[in-house]
Amino acid sequence: MLGSGILKGLGVTAKNFVGSYHDPKRMVTEEYPDTPAKLPEAYRNFPFLVTENATDPMGTLRCVACQICEKECPPQCIYIEKSKDKKPDATGKPQLYPAVFAIDTAVCMSCQLCVEVCPFDAIKMDQVFAVAATNRFEGLLLNREQLAKPNEYFHQIRPTEAAEVDGRLTAERKAAEEKAKAAAAAKAAAPAKPAAPAATPAPKPAEGGTAS
Amino acid sequence: MNLETLPLQFRDWIVSLFPGALQWFVHHLLSITAILTFFGLFFAFTTIAERKLLARLQNRLGPNRSGLPWFRRLKLWGLTQPFADAIKAITKEDVVPAVADKVLHFLAPVVIVAFSLLGFAVLPFGRHLIPVELDAAILYFFAAGTATELAIFMAGWGSRNKYSLLAAMRALAQLISYELPLILSVVPVILVVGTLSTSEIALAQGGWTWGIIPHWHVFTPWGFAGFVIFLVAALAESNRSPFDLPEAESELIAGHLTEYSGFKYALFFMAEYFGLTALSGLGVTLFLGGWQAPFAFLEFIPSWLWFMTKLAGMIVFFIWIRGTLLRLRIDQLTRLAWKFLVPLALLNLGNAAFWTLTAGWTGPLVLVRWGVSAAIVIVPFLLLGRRLSAGYAPRTYRYAA
Amino acid sequence: MSCSDQSGLDAEFSTFGRPGGPTVRPVHDEFHGDLLEVSMGPQHPSTHGVFRMVVTLDGEQIVKLKPVFGYLHRNHEKIAEGTSYLASMPYTDRLDYLCSMSTNWAYALAVEKLSGQAVPDRAQYLRIIMAELTRLVNHSCLVGFLFNDLGTSFTPLLYAFREREKILDLFEALSGSRMMCNYQRFGGCRVDPTPEWLAAASALVDNFPRFLDEYETMLTGNEIMLARTQGVGRLDPQHAINAGLTGPVLRASGVDYDIRKVDGTGFYPRFDFRVPLGAHGDTYDRYMMRILEMRESVKILQQAFKALPAGPIMDPKAKLRGFRPKAGEAYGRLESPKGELGFYLISDGSPNPWRYRVRPPSLINLTLLEEMCLGHTIADSVVILGSIDIVLGEVDR
Repeated sequence: MLGSGILKGLGVTAKNFVGSYHDPKRMVTEEYPDTPAKLPEAYRNFPFLVTENATDPMGTLRCVACQICEKECPPQCIYIEKSKDKKPDATGKPQLYPAVFAIDTAVCMSCQLCVEVCPFDAIKMDQVFAVAATNRFEGLLLNREQLAKPNEYFHQIRPTEAAEVDGRLTAERKAAEEKAKAAAAAKAAAPAKPAAPAATPAPKPAEGGTAS
Repeated sequence: MNLETLPLQFRDWIVSLFPGALQWFVHHLLSITAILTFFGLFFAFTTIAERKLLARLQNRLGPNRSGLPWFRRLKLWGLTQPFADAIKAITKEDVVPAVADKVLHFLAPVVIVAFSLLGFAVLPFGRHLIPVELDAAILYFFAAGTATELAIFMAGWGSRNKYSLLAAMRALAQLISYELPLILSVVPVILVVGTLSTSEIALAQGGWTWGIIPHWHVFTPWGFAGFVIFLVAALAESNRSPFDLPEAESELIAGHLTEYSGFKYALFFMAEYFGLTALSGLGVTLFLGGWQAPFAFLEFIPSWLWFMTKLAGMIVFFIWIRGTLLRLRIDQLTRLAWKFLVPLALLNLGNAAFWTLTAGWTGPLVLVRWGVSAAIVIVPFLLLGRRLSAGYAPRTYRYAA
Repeated sequence: MSCSDQSGLDAEFSTFGRPGGPTVRPVHDEFHGDLLEVSMGPQHPSTHGVFRMVVTLDGEQIVKLKPVFGYLHRNHEKIAEGTSYLASMPYTDRLDYLCSMSTNWAYALAVEKLSGQAVPDRAQYLRIIMAELTRLVNHSCLVGFLFNDLGTSFTPLLYAFREREKILDLFEALSGSRMMCNYQRFGGCRVDPTPEWLAAASALVDNFPRFLDEYETMLTGNEIMLARTQGVGRLDPQHAINAGLTGPVLRASGVDYDIRKVDGTGFYPRFDFRVPLGAHGDTYDRYMMRILEMRESVKILQQAFKALPAGPIMDPKAKLRGFRPKAGEAYGRLESPKGELGFYLISDGSPNPWRYRVRPPSLINLTLLEEMCLGHTIADSVVILGSIDIVLGEVDR
């Protein structure tokens, strides 16, 4: 009958109208910013540098200025200058550190490749998205100090991933300690033999990624 | 204090404050002011109701943040949105093309609003609440309504833009095509009741069968058909979806309103809403019983409240249709008017004549009367409908092996 | 189909008032009298991206239509020659920005062919799950926008987008971003979904047919919709094959060609699904193809969730950095929601590709736009364009 399709259509819209008052699956509008945005743990926006200790951010950056993220970044928005001297890292081994580490967040496309290729778990993705600035170079070009955030913050925004990273790093450090002890013991036992080279954490290729 | 006669008592009291010579003048000035204020506010709330209803239909909230100017905390569910929109429209820059005909360009929005408002003068809002009692009320209503089409042509011509003129002509083609079904759907009512006066038509729909079935025209077969045709034609007359092709974005030109900005643009839309409200008011009067209550035991509710409720119901229905239906193409639109609505409206006229002639039938003949009348509605509808939708049908699909 | 400009013609009468209003200019032709040439776009009120159609009208009928695009050209293929294979992966997200998961997969497929990389079973199933979810996302967008072009005031669009949002929330929980997922890698997938994610996705997929039923009730039998889309924009199957069209547009004309069946990409042969075919090749058929394909996608997804094996999601031998495929060439193609999406790579042994070429289905499908629109009115041309389903990111790269 002519008009039956139209009547059925009217019925569907009426059902949605009534449903919008009591069914949360129909009224899906969230009134932002009155209600805060619900972000899943995996949400990524711009990178940040992880520091072990919040009281000494520049001294406890995990980053050793290997420049791998700078090379792999597709739009080349990371700029790193290595330092001239070395500082001891969390295991006590002297490492280079970044004298300059700048990310141009106006160029960054949040692709997360820098996080994937970093062998030291030094750079991770942040979740802050309200980053409007009035000046491109002062507001959006972030330097080392602005990028550094403590490990506690990392735990806050990505609990599962941070727990996994911490677990892995502790295990590696323990393994490195054991190896160093064994090497020292071997050295003490056989002083003629050359000392085994200290184990360095090998870079992790093709990781399956973290479950988050 | 009788709620029913409260507006009349109020008016009489104010008129009595003035000396005898001015009383006639004050009496009519009050009617005019009342209509302008009331329907101005009604227009404002129609816009916000439309936005919020459409929003709820689309599973979202509509505007709900415009509270009051100094009391920022009070959002008032966004009900002051139309006033915010009005302030915005008034403060916008008014751009008039240099080559435009200044007089016509200025007059077009004024004329269209003025003539749309003229229709309200003959609507019976309540038992004795009709601004002007005319014997030929319906004739006057349609004369005033048709004059608004002139304003569209003034807008298109005055803009001195060849393409907005073309669009204005196309809009006019739509409006003129749908005048015919509109008027033809109203003629059966005039035939049955025997008068052109709207207040008498509203009176004639009084009475209830068994106290619960009102004698409104929409509950008769010819009245139902007439009402449906009237609804479709009213939608087309006010350029509303599904007939809003002249205002469509995907159309050739931006339309006859291209050269209008700011408050003049708002005036065109105000005229569209006034036209819609006036037509809805007429539809309520002619088919839905005007100010009559639907059930006998609800007669204590004032008649003007019933009229307003029915009017609001029709507007909500139009908004519902807008939220659901697609736009018709111009050739499909005109084909619908001339090949479907006009024949049905003419047959409806014959149906109403049959109804009037058999008014004296009683007993089992009453069933025959209703049956024949219903058949005159249903059979042509099915036949013409089948012809109109020939070749268009949902399809079944095959799958690859 | 170059982006040539209106050269050698008189001054234009531009319309004041609304932005996006088309520029019109009368064209005098000795045979036809006054023809009207209208330029619709590149800013359309009826979206689809920065796309321009120069339409020549005889009264209401279209006599000539020239699509003009290139407004979104971003040098993707040239940039890929200067960056590593891995770094091109986030850029492929931005080609067909509605379907980033399947675009990623097509690129990963090409690179894996080039380097002979194997992919573990779980990753193959995950790739199919993501591709079919993307098909649901894309087709929801399409039917929503098609009805928007037809003139409903946003209602079907918002219903379709409401469902799409639920899938995008899933993508965000999995890969970190709603649209730019950057999920596939050479040798597998980047992130392993948690059991909670799989349960939520499974529940969503089970609920999806109810939305489709409601949508069809509202629209498929609607008389106005039938009148506006049936018989509009017919496409002859032979022309379609000759022009290289693929995807739902081709199948709506009745040609049985679905790369999932023809090539047997990934583990698709293990799934039981049907390929719907149209008979008339008009806009209505193209719309119904999408609806029926969504139903088939739901079936595939339900089977995939049941059959998903445990295991690694990346091949252990795959290298993330320092990836240097041997010299050679490879063409990897997929049935993306829009058609045959292909990546052609030529490697010379270095970390960057020597040549990188995208076969964009939207662009190839667009070549027959004029033929489909001739004889119809301009309101129809917008609807026909909507039914072809183009994304300018893919057309222009």
